[in-house]
Amino acid sequence: MVAQNIFFGILSAIVILSALRMVTTRNIVHAALYLVAVLAGLGALYVLLTAEFVATTQVLVYIGAVMVLFLFGIMLTKAPLGNAMEMTGKQWPIAAGVAALLGGVIVYSLVNHFGSDRLVTDGPIYRTEDVSDEVFSTYIVPFEAVSVLLLAALIGAIVLARKD
Amino acid sequence: MLLNQFLILGAALFAVGVYGVLARRNGVMVLMSIELMLNAVNINLVVFGVQHGVVSGQVFALFVIAVAAAEVGVGLAIVLLLYRNRTSIDVEDFDLMRG
Repeated sequence: MVAQNIFFGILSAIVILSALRMVTTRNIVHAALYLVAVLAGLGALYVLLTAEFVATTQVLVYIGAVMVLFLFGIMLTKAPLGNAMEMTGKQWPIAAGVAALLGGVIVYSLVNHFGSDRLVTDGPIYRTEDVSDEVFSTYIVPFEAVSVLLLAALIGAIVLARKD
Repeated sequence: MLLNQFLILGAALFAVGVYGVLARRNGVMVLMSIELMLNAVNINLVVFGVQHGVVSGQVFALFVIAVAAAEVGVGLAIVLLLYRNRTSIDVEDFDLMRG
């Protein structure tokens, strides 16, 4: 239990610090690399929560595919590397206020509602085969809907981005 | 481990994502901040699945990951199109619909 808390502390520190650097850094490629750190830390947290398949998917889909897409987007839009374009708008104090207010309200209501509830750590552990059983039985209709959504997004992206 | 430590991590990550969406001027950075918010939701789904001993939390998180992948594909295509038409991805330049 102590080891889990230590690892939670390390991983959450990595996630939060990388996320803060991601939204404050001036170099967009650095921001993309900080996003990789956030996603990898979250993947490790899923392992800590015994969600092995979600952790695998996080690494494959986010770090593997989505980050490549982002780097292509950065490359194709020729985003200036450095301070040529001021990355943060003049309205950043208002944005920080809104974010702090939102985070404060959520944290307050969480503390108010869940207080010191302990995480159930002796519950059932769902492995990849249990997840797949659930996806292909109870959630088969949403699964098919997601397939159609991915196809639609693929076609939509091609139609939007092609030159003619 | 407390339930709240995961939920508060998710809330903090979500707030950072909101700040990124509101404050950043680069269109690609706005999309990255949206990814941050979606990941904050995912961690809540997984931790509540563990708390209630059901597998649905993980399944929902997988659906969110799939939808996020579709969203980033279309979103980057839109940013690319904006860049091609206006030679800028500064979101403050796009005020065509301002009243």
